[in-house]
Amino acid sequence: MEQIKLILKDIPELHRIEVYEANGGYSALRKALGMKPDEIIEEVKKSGLRGRGGAAFPTGMKWSFMPKDSRPKYLIVNADEGEPGTFKDRAIIEKNPHQLIEGALIAAYAIGAQTIYVYIRGEYVKWMKILQNAIDEAYSRGYIGKNILGSGFSVDIYIHRGAGAYICGEESALMESIEGKRGYPRVKPPFPAQYGLWGYPTTINNVETLANVPVIIEKGGEWYSKIGAPKHPGTILFGVSGHVNKPGIYELPTGILLTDLIYKYAGGVRNNKKIKAVIPGGSSTPALRGDQIEGVTMDFDSLRNAGSMIGTGGVIVMDEDTDMVKVLWRIAKFYWHESCGQCTPCREGTGWMFKILDRIVKGGGRPEDLDLLVSVANNIEGNTICALGDAAAWPIKFGVQRFREDFEKYIKFKSTVLVEK
Amino acid sequence: MFTEENLKKVEEIKKRYPTSQAALLPVLWIAQEQFGWISEDVMRYVAELLGLPYSHVYGVVTFYTMYNKKPVGKYHIQVCTNVSCMLRGAYENLEYLEKKLGIKVGQTTPDMKFTLTEVECLGSCGTAPVVQVNDDYYEDMSKEKLEKLIEQLSRDRK
Repeated sequence: MEQIKLILKDIPELHRIEVYEANGGYSALRKALGMKPDEIIEEVKKSGLRGRGGAAFPTGMKWSFMPKDSRPKYLIVNADEGEPGTFKDRAIIEKNPHQLIEGALIAAYAIGAQTIYVYIRGEYVKWMKILQNAIDEAYSRGYIGKNILGSGFSVDIYIHRGAGAYICGEESALMESIEGKRGYPRVKPPFPAQYGLWGYPTTINNVETLANVPVIIEKGGEWYSKIGAPKHPGTILFGVSGHVNKPGIYELPTGILLTDLIYKYAGGVRNNKKIKAVIPGGSSTPALRGDQIEGVTMDFDSLRNAGSMIGTGGVIVMDEDTDMVKVLWRIAKFYWHESCGQCTPCREGTGWMFKILDRIVKGGGRPEDLDLLVSVANNIEGNTICALGDAAAWPIKFGVQRFREDFEKYIKFKSTVLVEK
Repeated sequence: MFTEENLKKVEEIKKRYPTSQAALLPVLWIAQEQFGWISEDVMRYVAELLGLPYSHVYGVVTFYTMYNKKPVGKYHIQVCTNVSCMLRGAYENLEYLEKKLGIKVGQTTPDMKFTLTEVECLGSCGTAPVVQVNDDYYEDMSKEKLEKLIEQLSRDRK
Protein backbone atom coordinates (compact mmCIF):
# COMPACT_ATOMS: atom_id res chain seq x y z
CA MET A 1 0.00 0.00 0.00
CA GLU A 2 1.23 3.45 -0.95
CA GLN A 3 2.28 5.73 1.85
CA ILE A 4 0.28 8.92 1.40
CA LYS A 5 0.91 11.78 3.76
CA LEU A 6 -1.81 14.36 4.25
CA ILE A 7 -0.63 15.73 7.60
CA LEU A 8 2.91 14.73 8.49
CA LYS A 9 4.37 15.82 5.16
CA ASP A 10 8.07 15.55 4.48
CA ILE A 11 8.62 19.30 4.34
CA PRO A 12 11.32 20.74 6.62
CA GLU A 13 10.33 23.62 8.92
CA LEU A 14 6.64 23.22 8.03
CA HIS A 15 5.73 24.53 11.47
CA ARG A 16 6.78 28.01 10.34
CA ILE A 17 3.99 30.00 8.74
CA GLU A 18 6.08 31.15 5.74
CA VAL A 19 6.89 27.56 4.90
CA TYR A 20 3.31 26.46 5.41
CA GLU A 21 2.03 29.25 3.16
CA ALA A 22 4.67 28.53 0.51
CA ASN A 23 3.32 24.98 0.36
CA GLY A 24 -0.27 26.02 -0.20
CA GLY A 25 -1.14 26.63 3.43
CA TYR A 26 -4.23 28.69 4.31
CA SER A 27 -5.52 28.48 0.73
CA ALA A 28 -8.18 26.02 1.93
CA LEU A 29 -9.32 28.61 4.47
CA ARG A 30 -9.58 31.19 1.70
CA LYS A 31 -11.60 28.74 -0.38
CA ALA A 32 -13.83 27.78 2.55
CA LEU A 33 -14.64 31.40 3.38
CA GLY A 34 -16.01 31.72 -0.15
CA MET A 35 -18.32 28.76 0.40
CA LYS A 36 -21.55 28.58 2.37
CA PRO A 37 -21.18 26.87 5.77
CA ASP A 38 -23.60 24.14 4.66
CA GLU A 39 -21.52 23.44 1.57
CA ILE A 40 -18.49 22.84 3.78
CA ILE A 41 -20.43 20.45 5.99
CA GLU A 42 -21.65 18.61 2.88
CA GLU A 43 -18.10 18.30 1.59
CA VAL A 44 -16.90 16.88 4.92
CA LYS A 45 -19.85 14.47 4.95
CA LYS A 46 -18.93 13.36 1.43
CA SER A 47 -15.35 12.75 2.50
CA GLY A 48 -16.48 10.13 5.01
CA LEU A 49 -14.08 11.59 7.61
CA ARG A 50 -14.58 10.01 11.02
CA GLY A 51 -13.27 11.32 14.33
CA ARG A 52 -9.71 10.37 15.21
CA GLY A 53 -10.06 10.71 18.96
CA GLY A 54 -11.28 7.18 19.56
CA ALA A 55 -14.99 6.91 18.79
CA ALA A 56 -14.75 7.30 14.97
CA PHE A 57 -17.97 9.32 14.80
CA PRO A 58 -18.66 10.86 11.33
CA THR A 59 -17.34 14.42 11.51
CA GLY A 60 -19.67 16.03 8.98
CA MET A 61 -22.68 14.60 10.78
CA LYS A 62 -21.41 15.95 14.10
CA TRP A 63 -21.11 19.42 12.58
CA SER A 64 -24.60 19.20 11.09
CA PHE A 65 -26.08 18.82 14.60
CA MET A 66 -25.16 22.43 15.38
CA PRO A 67 -28.27 24.66 15.42
CA LYS A 68 -28.43 27.59 13.02
CA ASP A 69 -29.55 30.26 15.48
CA SER A 70 -27.84 33.39 16.68
CA ARG A 71 -26.65 32.12 20.07
CA PRO A 72 -22.91 32.12 20.81
CA LYS A 73 -21.29 28.89 19.61
CA TYR A 74 -18.04 27.21 20.43
CA LEU A 75 -15.54 24.90 18.81
CA ILE A 76 -13.24 22.95 21.07
CA VAL A 77 -10.07 21.32 19.81
CA ASN A 78 -9.45 18.26 21.91
CA ALA A 79 -5.70 18.03 22.45
CA ASP A 80 -5.98 16.29 25.81
CA GLU A 81 -4.13 13.30 24.38
CA GLY A 82 -4.00 10.85 27.28
CA GLU A 83 -5.02 7.42 26.07
CA PRO A 84 -2.06 5.16 26.88
CA GLY A 85 -0.29 4.25 23.64
CA THR A 86 -1.31 7.49 21.91
CA PHE A 87 1.15 10.22 20.92
CA LYS A 88 -0.03 11.50 17.54
CA ASP A 89 -1.60 14.86 18.38
CA ARG A 90 1.65 16.11 19.79
CA ALA A 91 3.36 15.13 16.50
CA ILE A 92 0.83 17.22 14.56
CA ILE A 93 1.30 20.20 16.86
CA GLU A 94 5.06 19.89 16.56
CA LYS A 95 5.35 19.25 12.83
CA ASN A 96 2.32 20.92 11.28
CA PRO A 97 0.48 23.19 13.74
CA HIS A 98 -0.87 25.50 11.04
CA GLN A 99 -2.79 22.70 9.36
CA LEU A 100 -4.53 22.10 12.68
CA ILE A 101 -5.25 25.82 13.07
CA GLU A 102 -6.50 26.06 9.49
CA GLY A 103 -8.77 23.04 9.99
CA ALA A 104 -10.12 24.51 13.22
CA LEU A 105 -10.84 27.85 11.51
CA ILE A 106 -12.72 26.13 8.69
CA ALA A 107 -14.70 24.07 11.21
CA ALA A 108 -15.54 27.17 13.25
CA TYR A 109 -16.79 28.93 10.12
CA ALA A 110 -18.87 25.88 9.12
CA ILE A 111 -20.59 25.59 12.49
CA GLY A 112 -20.78 29.32 13.17
CA ALA A 113 -18.48 29.40 16.21
CA GLN A 114 -16.99 32.71 17.33
CA THR A 115 -14.56 31.22 19.82
CA ILE A 116 -12.21 28.24 19.65
CA TYR A 117 -10.66 26.73 22.75
CA VAL A 118 -7.79 24.29 22.40
CA TYR A 119 -7.86 22.04 25.46
CA ILE A 120 -4.36 20.63 25.77
CA ARG A 121 -3.07 18.24 28.40
CA GLY A 122 -1.15 19.96 31.17
CA GLU A 123 2.09 18.05 30.61
CA TYR A 124 2.47 19.22 26.99
CA VAL A 125 4.19 22.50 27.93
CA LYS A 126 6.60 22.35 25.00
CA TRP A 127 3.77 21.74 22.54
CA MET A 128 1.62 24.47 24.07
CA LYS A 129 4.42 26.94 23.33
CA ILE A 130 4.77 25.70 19.75
CA LEU A 131 1.04 25.98 19.20
CA GLN A 132 0.76 29.42 20.83
CA ASN A 133 3.57 30.61 18.62
CA ALA A 134 1.75 29.32 15.54
CA ILE A 135 -1.50 30.95 16.71
CA ASP A 136 0.32 34.28 17.17
CA GLU A 137 1.77 33.99 13.66
CA ALA A 138 -1.68 33.28 12.22
CA TYR A 139 -3.18 36.27 14.10
CA SER A 140 -0.47 38.55 12.73
CA ARG A 141 -1.28 37.50 9.16
CA GLY A 142 -5.01 38.00 9.55
CA TYR A 143 -6.04 34.33 9.53
CA ILE A 144 -7.41 34.57 13.07
CA GLY A 145 -9.22 37.50 14.66
CA LYS A 146 -11.65 40.05 13.33
CA ASN A 147 -12.96 39.96 9.75
CA ILE A 148 -10.70 37.14 8.59
CA LEU A 149 -9.36 37.80 5.06
CA GLY A 150 -12.08 40.38 4.58
CA SER A 151 -14.84 37.76 4.80
CA GLY A 152 -16.70 39.31 7.69
CA PHE A 153 -16.11 36.13 9.72
CA SER A 154 -14.38 36.63 13.07
CA VAL A 155 -13.06 34.08 15.52
CA ASP A 156 -10.56 33.93 18.38
CA ILE A 157 -8.45 30.98 19.46
CA TYR A 158 -7.38 30.41 23.07
CA ILE A 159 -5.32 27.60 24.55
CA HIS A 160 -6.73 26.12 27.76
CA ARG A 161 -4.27 24.03 29.75
CA GLY A 162 -5.48 20.88 31.47
CA ALA A 163 -4.02 19.72 34.75
CA GLY A 164 -3.56 15.97 34.67
CA ALA A 165 -6.91 14.21 34.38
CA TYR A 166 -7.42 11.56 31.69
CA ILE A 167 -11.18 11.92 32.02
CA CYS A 168 -11.03 15.45 30.60
CA GLY A 169 -10.46 13.92 27.17
CA GLU A 170 -14.11 12.86 27.38
CA GLU A 171 -15.93 15.72 25.68
CA SER A 172 -18.42 16.62 28.38
CA ALA A 173 -15.84 16.36 31.18
CA LEU A 174 -13.63 18.56 29.03
CA MET A 175 -16.32 21.23 28.90
CA GLU A 176 -16.77 21.07 32.67
CA SER A 177 -13.03 21.52 32.99
CA ILE A 178 -13.00 24.62 30.77
CA GLU A 179 -15.83 25.99 32.89
CA GLY A 180 -13.48 25.73 35.88
CA LYS A 181 -14.88 22.65 37.52
CA ARG A 182 -13.87 19.09 38.28
CA GLY A 183 -13.93 16.93 35.17
CA TYR A 184 -17.20 15.11 35.76
CA PRO A 185 -18.80 13.85 32.53
CA ARG A 186 -22.33 15.06 31.90
CA VAL A 187 -25.36 12.89 31.30
CA LYS A 188 -26.19 12.75 27.59
CA PRO A 189 -28.55 13.78 26.07
CA PRO A 190 -28.49 16.72 25.81
CA PHE A 191 -25.47 16.48 23.50
CA PRO A 192 -22.91 19.30 23.24
CA ALA A 193 -24.43 20.62 20.00
CA GLN A 194 -27.61 21.37 21.97
CA TYR A 195 -26.16 22.15 25.39
CA GLY A 196 -22.39 22.59 25.46
CA LEU A 197 -20.04 25.12 27.02
CA TRP A 198 -22.03 27.34 29.38
CA GLY A 199 -25.13 25.80 27.82
CA TYR A 200 -24.37 27.05 24.30
CA PRO A 201 -24.04 24.89 21.16
CA THR A 202 -20.57 23.37 21.05
CA THR A 203 -18.64 20.97 18.85
CA ILE A 204 -15.61 19.09 20.10
CA ASN A 205 -13.16 17.63 17.57
CA ASN A 206 -9.85 15.85 17.98
CA VAL A 207 -6.61 17.47 16.74
CA GLU A 208 -6.04 14.88 14.01
CA THR A 209 -9.64 15.09 12.81
CA LEU A 210 -9.36 18.84 12.27
CA ALA A 211 -5.95 18.56 10.63
CA ASN A 212 -7.65 16.53 7.87
CA VAL A 213 -10.17 19.26 7.09
CA PRO A 214 -8.01 21.60 4.95
CA VAL A 215 -7.13 18.65 2.71
CA ILE A 216 -10.80 17.82 2.23
CA ILE A 217 -11.66 21.42 1.32
CA GLU A 218 -8.68 21.69 -1.00
CA LYS A 219 -9.11 18.42 -2.88
CA GLY A 220 -12.77 17.69 -2.34
CA GLY A 221 -14.67 15.20 -0.23
CA GLU A 222 -14.89 12.67 -3.02
CA TRP A 223 -11.13 12.59 -3.55
CA TYR A 224 -10.60 12.06 0.17
CA SER A 225 -13.22 9.32 0.39
CA LYS A 226 -11.20 7.16 -2.01
CA ILE A 227 -8.20 6.91 0.30
CA GLY A 228 -7.94 3.75 2.38
CA ALA A 229 -10.87 1.72 3.70
CA PRO A 230 -14.13 2.78 1.99
CA LYS A 231 -16.18 2.95 5.20
CA HIS A 232 -13.44 4.63 7.20
CA PRO A 233 -11.44 6.63 4.68
CA GLY A 234 -8.35 8.79 4.93
CA THR A 235 -5.04 8.38 6.63
CA ILE A 236 -4.45 7.73 10.30
CA LEU A 237 -1.36 8.64 12.27
CA PHE A 238 -0.72 5.22 13.73
CA GLY A 239 1.48 5.33 16.81
CA VAL A 240 3.40 2.12 17.28
CA SER A 241 5.05 1.43 20.64
CA GLY A 242 6.19 -1.46 22.79
CA HIS A 243 8.47 -4.26 21.60
CA VAL A 244 9.09 -3.11 18.04
CA ASN A 245 12.39 -2.14 16.46
CA LYS A 246 11.20 1.22 15.20
CA PRO A 247 8.55 2.69 17.46
CA GLY A 248 7.02 5.92 16.21
CA ILE A 249 4.22 7.57 14.27
CA TYR A 250 3.36 6.23 10.82
CA GLU A 251 0.82 8.10 8.74
CA LEU A 252 -0.80 5.50 6.50
CA PRO A 253 -4.12 4.96 4.78
CA THR A 254 -6.78 3.23 6.83
CA GLY A 255 -7.24 -0.40 5.91
CA ILE A 256 -3.54 -1.23 6.05
CA LEU A 257 -2.78 -4.68 7.45
CA LEU A 258 -1.89 -4.60 11.13
CA THR A 259 0.95 -7.01 10.38
CA ASP A 260 2.29 -4.66 7.66
CA LEU A 261 2.20 -1.78 10.10
CA ILE A 262 4.24 -3.80 12.57
CA TYR A 263 6.66 -5.58 10.22
CA LYS A 264 6.96 -3.29 7.19
CA TYR A 265 6.88 0.06 8.92
CA ALA A 266 7.72 -0.37 12.61
CA GLY A 267 10.65 -2.66 11.83
CA GLY A 268 9.20 -5.86 13.26
CA VAL A 269 9.53 -7.24 16.77
CA ARG A 270 12.73 -6.75 18.78
CA ASN A 271 15.14 -9.69 18.70
CA ASN A 272 12.92 -11.43 16.14
CA LYS A 273 10.58 -12.63 18.84
CA LYS A 274 7.04 -13.76 18.15
CA ILE A 275 4.08 -11.55 19.02
CA LYS A 276 2.20 -12.43 22.16
CA ALA A 277 -0.38 -9.66 21.98
CA VAL A 278 -1.25 -6.39 20.31
CA ILE A 279 -3.34 -3.55 21.71
CA PRO A 280 -4.58 -1.98 18.47
CA GLY A 281 -5.92 1.44 19.45
CA GLY A 282 -4.86 2.61 22.90
CA SER A 283 -5.27 0.90 26.24
CA SER A 284 -9.08 1.01 26.16
CA THR A 285 -9.16 -1.34 23.19
CA PRO A 286 -8.96 -5.03 24.13
CA ALA A 287 -5.65 -6.75 23.35
CA LEU A 288 -5.64 -9.27 20.51
CA ARG A 289 -3.60 -12.45 20.85
CA GLY A 290 -0.73 -12.90 18.41
CA ASP A 291 -2.73 -15.60 16.62
CA GLN A 292 -5.69 -13.23 16.15
CA ILE A 293 -3.97 -10.50 14.12
CA GLU A 294 -3.45 -12.23 10.78
CA GLY A 295 -5.48 -10.46 8.07
CA VAL A 296 -6.77 -7.76 10.42
CA THR A 297 -6.77 -4.31 8.82
CA MET A 298 -6.57 -0.99 10.62
CA ASP A 299 -10.07 0.40 10.24
CA PHE A 300 -13.26 0.52 12.25
CA ASP A 301 -15.02 -2.57 10.86
CA SER A 302 -12.09 -4.94 10.61
CA LEU A 303 -10.98 -4.32 14.18
CA ARG A 304 -14.51 -4.61 15.50
CA ASN A 305 -14.88 -7.95 13.73
CA ALA A 306 -11.56 -9.08 15.18
CA GLY A 307 -12.80 -8.39 18.70
CA SER A 308 -11.32 -5.01 19.43
CA MET A 309 -11.52 -1.39 18.25
CA ILE A 310 -9.64 1.16 16.17
CA GLY A 311 -9.65 3.63 19.09
CA THR A 312 -6.92 6.23 18.68
CA GLY A 313 -4.74 4.07 16.41
CA GLY A 314 -2.16 3.72 19.18
CA VAL A 315 -0.76 0.23 18.61
CA ILE A 316 1.11 -1.41 21.48
CA VAL A 317 3.04 -4.53 20.49
CA MET A 318 4.04 -7.15 23.07
CA ASP A 319 6.48 -9.96 22.38
CA GLU A 320 6.21 -13.60 23.43
CA ASP A 321 7.99 -13.02 26.75
CA THR A 322 5.48 -10.45 27.92
CA ASP A 323 3.69 -11.04 31.19
CA MET A 324 0.10 -10.32 30.17
CA VAL A 325 -1.20 -10.49 33.73
CA LYS A 326 1.19 -7.70 34.65
CA VAL A 327 0.12 -5.69 31.60
CA LEU A 328 -3.56 -6.01 32.52
CA TRP A 329 -2.71 -5.20 36.13
CA ARG A 330 -1.11 -1.96 34.92
CA ILE A 331 -4.07 -1.11 32.72
CA ALA A 332 -6.48 -1.74 35.61
CA LYS A 333 -4.36 0.51 37.84
CA PHE A 334 -4.60 3.28 35.27
CA TYR A 335 -8.39 3.23 35.08
CA TRP A 336 -8.71 3.04 38.84
CA HIS A 337 -6.54 6.14 39.13
CA GLU A 338 -8.40 7.97 36.37
CA SER A 339 -12.01 7.13 37.26
CA CYS A 340 -13.53 10.49 38.18
CA GLY A 341 -15.51 8.89 40.99
CA GLN A 342 -18.91 10.10 39.89
CA CYS A 343 -20.57 6.73 39.07
CA THR A 344 -20.44 3.98 41.67
CA PRO A 345 -19.91 1.01 39.28
CA CYS A 346 -16.81 2.65 37.82
CA ARG A 347 -15.44 4.22 41.01
CA GLU A 348 -15.76 1.00 43.00
CA GLY A 349 -15.44 -1.50 40.15
CA THR A 350 -12.13 -0.20 38.83
CA GLY A 351 -10.73 -0.42 42.36
CA TRP A 352 -11.98 -3.97 42.83
CA MET A 353 -10.55 -5.10 39.51
CA PHE A 354 -7.19 -3.60 40.40
CA LYS A 355 -7.18 -5.15 43.86
CA ILE A 356 -8.00 -8.61 42.49
CA LEU A 357 -5.30 -8.30 39.84
CA ASP A 358 -2.85 -7.02 42.44
CA ARG A 359 -3.58 -10.06 44.59
CA ILE A 360 -2.98 -12.37 41.61
CA VAL A 361 0.25 -10.61 40.61
CA LYS A 362 1.53 -10.87 44.20
CA GLY A 363 0.93 -14.61 44.29
CA GLY A 364 -2.29 -14.61 46.32
CA GLY A 365 -4.71 -15.31 43.49
CA ARG A 366 -7.58 -17.77 43.84
CA PRO A 367 -9.10 -19.82 41.00
CA GLU A 368 -12.46 -18.10 41.44
CA ASP A 369 -10.80 -14.69 40.96
CA LEU A 370 -11.03 -15.02 37.19
CA ASP A 371 -14.80 -15.31 37.17
CA LEU A 372 -14.96 -12.57 39.75
CA LEU A 373 -12.95 -10.24 37.50
CA VAL A 374 -15.28 -10.88 34.59
CA SER A 375 -18.30 -10.38 36.84
CA VAL A 376 -17.03 -7.02 38.12
CA ALA A 377 -16.23 -5.93 34.56
CA ASN A 378 -19.73 -6.91 33.42
CA ASN A 379 -21.23 -4.86 36.20
CA ILE A 380 -19.31 -1.75 35.19
CA GLU A 381 -19.99 -2.08 31.48
CA GLY A 382 -22.98 -0.06 30.32
CA ASN A 383 -23.74 1.20 33.82
CA THR A 384 -21.87 4.49 33.80
CA ILE A 385 -22.44 8.01 32.51
CA CYS A 386 -19.42 8.03 30.22
CA ALA A 387 -17.32 5.57 28.25
CA LEU A 388 -14.53 5.33 30.83
CA GLY A 389 -16.41 2.53 32.54
CA ASP A 390 -16.53 0.46 29.37
CA ALA A 391 -12.94 1.37 28.57
CA ALA A 392 -11.90 0.01 31.96
CA ALA A 393 -14.04 -3.11 31.75
CA TRP A 394 -13.34 -4.37 28.24
CA PRO A 395 -9.55 -4.84 28.36
CA ILE A 396 -9.88 -6.86 31.58
CA LYS A 397 -12.88 -8.91 30.51
CA PHE A 398 -11.36 -9.87 27.16
CA GLY A 399 -7.92 -10.12 28.72
CA VAL A 400 -9.06 -12.82 31.12
CA GLN A 401 -10.68 -14.69 28.23
CA ARG A 402 -7.80 -14.40 25.82
CA PHE A 403 -4.90 -14.93 28.22
CA ARG A 404 -6.58 -17.29 30.66
CA GLU A 405 -3.63 -19.69 30.68
CA ASP A 406 -1.32 -16.97 31.94
CA PHE A 407 -3.70 -16.18 34.77
CA GLU A 408 -4.09 -19.84 35.67
CA LYS A 409 -0.33 -20.29 35.88
CA TYR A 410 -0.03 -17.34 38.23
CA ILE A 411 -2.76 -18.69 40.44
CA LYS A 412 -1.54 -22.30 40.37
CA PHE A 413 2.06 -21.53 41.24
CA LYS A 414 1.08 -18.79 43.69
CA SER A 415 4.10 -16.84 42.66
CA THR A 416 5.38 -14.26 40.28
CA VAL A 417 7.52 -16.70 38.30
CA LEU A 418 6.30 -15.16 35.09
CA VAL A 419 7.44 -11.67 35.97
CA GLU A 420 10.11 -10.54 33.59
CA LYS A 421 13.25 -9.23 35.19
CA MET B 1 -0.25 37.62 47.28
CA PHE B 2 0.11 37.53 43.49
CA THR B 3 2.79 39.74 41.96
CA GLU B 4 1.64 42.78 40.00
CA GLU B 5 2.57 40.98 36.81
CA ASN B 6 0.54 37.91 37.71
CA LEU B 7 -2.47 40.04 38.66
CA LYS B 8 -2.32 41.55 35.18
CA LYS B 9 -2.16 38.04 33.71
CA VAL B 10 -5.28 37.09 35.66
CA GLU B 11 -7.16 40.04 34.18
CA GLU B 12 -6.06 39.02 30.68
CA ILE B 13 -7.16 35.43 31.23
CA LYS B 14 -10.58 36.46 32.54
CA LYS B 15 -11.27 38.19 29.22
CA ARG B 16 -11.11 34.86 27.39
CA TYR B 17 -14.17 33.44 29.11
CA PRO B 18 -17.72 34.59 29.82
CA THR B 19 -17.44 33.59 33.52
CA SER B 20 -14.69 34.19 36.06
CA GLN B 21 -15.04 30.59 37.22
CA ALA B 22 -13.61 29.44 33.87
CA ALA B 23 -10.40 31.26 34.74
CA LEU B 24 -9.88 28.93 37.70
CA LEU B 25 -7.60 26.34 36.09
CA PRO B 26 -5.37 28.91 34.37
CA VAL B 27 -5.19 31.00 37.56
CA LEU B 28 -4.23 27.93 39.59
CA TRP B 29 -1.40 27.38 37.10
CA ILE B 30 -0.20 30.92 37.73
CA ALA B 31 -0.41 30.26 41.46
CA GLN B 32 1.60 27.07 41.17
CA GLU B 33 4.21 28.88 39.10
CA GLN B 34 4.58 31.61 41.71
CA PHE B 35 4.37 29.52 44.89
CA GLY B 36 5.54 26.11 43.70
CA TRP B 37 2.52 24.40 45.22
CA ILE B 38 -1.05 25.16 46.18
CA SER B 39 -1.54 25.54 49.90
CA GLU B 40 -4.82 26.08 51.69
CA ASP B 41 -3.98 29.80 51.96
CA VAL B 42 -3.41 30.00 48.21
CA MET B 43 -6.73 28.25 47.59
CA ARG B 44 -8.50 30.78 49.80
CA TYR B 45 -6.74 33.63 48.02
CA VAL B 46 -7.66 32.32 44.56
CA ALA B 47 -11.25 31.75 45.70
CA GLU B 48 -11.52 35.36 46.80
CA LEU B 49 -9.79 36.66 43.68
CA LEU B 50 -12.30 34.93 41.39
CA GLY B 51 -15.32 35.24 43.66
CA LEU B 52 -15.72 31.49 44.10
CA PRO B 53 -16.48 29.43 47.21
CA TYR B 54 -13.35 28.01 48.84
CA SER B 55 -14.95 24.57 48.75
CA HIS B 56 -15.18 24.76 44.96
CA VAL B 57 -11.52 25.69 44.59
CA TYR B 58 -10.53 22.93 47.01
CA GLY B 59 -12.59 20.44 45.00
CA VAL B 60 -10.87 21.42 41.78
CA VAL B 61 -7.32 21.50 43.15
CA THR B 62 -7.70 18.04 44.65
CA PHE B 63 -9.27 16.60 41.48
CA TYR B 64 -6.38 17.41 39.14
CA THR B 65 -3.17 15.53 39.81
CA MET B 66 -0.82 18.16 38.40
CA TYR B 67 -1.63 20.73 41.06
CA ASN B 68 0.84 20.07 43.86
CA LYS B 69 -0.96 19.70 47.16
CA LYS B 70 2.30 19.80 49.09
CA PRO B 71 5.70 21.37 48.41
CA VAL B 72 7.81 19.63 45.80
CA GLY B 73 11.54 19.65 45.25
CA LYS B 74 13.32 21.94 42.85
CA TYR B 75 13.31 19.09 40.34
CA HIS B 76 10.07 17.17 40.14
CA ILE B 77 10.93 13.86 38.51
CA GLN B 78 7.86 12.19 37.06
CA VAL B 79 8.29 8.67 35.79
CA CYS B 80 5.67 7.25 33.44
CA THR B 81 5.09 3.54 34.15
CA ASN B 82 2.10 2.98 31.89
CA VAL B 83 2.09 0.04 29.45
CA SER B 84 4.34 1.31 26.63
CA CYS B 85 6.92 2.61 29.11
CA MET B 86 6.61 -0.49 31.32
CA LEU B 87 7.35 -2.74 28.34
CA ARG B 88 10.61 -0.88 27.84
CA GLY B 89 11.89 -0.77 31.40
CA ALA B 90 10.03 2.00 33.25
CA TYR B 91 9.76 0.10 36.53
CA GLU B 92 13.48 -0.71 36.46
CA ASN B 93 14.11 3.00 35.91
CA LEU B 94 11.85 3.90 38.80
CA GLU B 95 13.59 1.44 41.10
CA TYR B 96 16.94 2.83 40.02
CA LEU B 97 15.85 6.39 40.80
CA GLU B 98 14.60 5.37 44.24
CA LYS B 99 18.02 3.94 45.04
CA LYS B 100 19.97 6.78 43.47
CA LEU B 101 17.99 9.48 45.26
CA GLY B 102 17.50 7.48 48.45
CA ILE B 103 13.77 8.16 48.54
CA LYS B 104 10.59 6.26 47.74
CA VAL B 105 7.99 7.21 45.16
CA GLY B 106 6.00 10.18 46.43
CA GLN B 107 8.84 11.49 48.59
CA THR B 108 11.13 14.51 48.42
CA THR B 109 14.83 14.55 49.30
CA PRO B 110 15.56 16.34 52.62
CA ASP B 111 17.43 19.12 50.77
CA MET B 112 14.21 19.78 48.77
CA LYS B 113 16.06 19.18 45.56
CA PHE B 114 14.24 16.16 44.12
CA THR B 115 10.69 14.85 44.30
CA LEU B 116 10.01 11.44 42.75
CA THR B 117 6.54 10.70 41.38
CA GLU B 118 5.10 7.82 39.39
CA VAL B 119 2.73 9.16 36.74
CA GLU B 120 0.29 7.92 34.12
CA CYS B 121 0.84 7.97 30.35
CA LEU B 122 2.68 11.13 29.25
CA GLY B 123 1.96 10.66 25.54
CA SER B 124 5.52 9.76 24.67
CA CYS B 125 5.01 6.06 23.96
CA GLY B 126 7.07 6.05 20.77
CA THR B 127 10.12 7.19 22.72
CA ALA B 128 9.45 5.14 25.85
CA PRO B 129 10.42 5.01 28.59
CA VAL B 130 9.93 8.67 29.35
CA VAL B 131 10.69 10.76 32.40
CA GLN B 132 9.43 14.31 32.88
CA VAL B 133 11.48 16.73 34.98
CA ASN B 134 9.47 19.86 35.75
CA ASP B 135 8.21 20.91 32.27
CA ASP B 136 10.71 18.95 30.19
CA TYR B 137 10.46 15.47 28.69
CA TYR B 138 13.47 13.15 28.69
CA GLU B 139 12.80 10.34 26.25
CA ASP B 140 14.23 6.86 25.58
CA MET B 141 15.61 6.82 29.13
CA SER B 142 18.02 4.14 30.23
CA LYS B 143 19.65 3.82 33.65
CA GLU B 144 22.83 5.28 32.17
CA LYS B 145 21.02 8.31 30.83
CA LEU B 146 19.20 8.76 34.13
CA GLU B 147 22.46 8.59 36.05
CA LYS B 148 23.93 11.36 33.89
CA LEU B 149 20.79 13.46 34.22
CA ILE B 150 20.66 13.16 38.03
CA GLU B 151 24.33 13.95 38.34
CA GLN B 152 23.95 16.99 36.14
CA LEU B 153 20.98 18.23 38.17
CA SER B 154 22.76 17.50 41.47
CA ARG B 155 25.75 19.63 40.52
CA ASP B 156 23.56 22.69 40.31
CA ARG B 157 24.06 24.26 43.76
CA LYS B 158 21.51 27.05 43.46
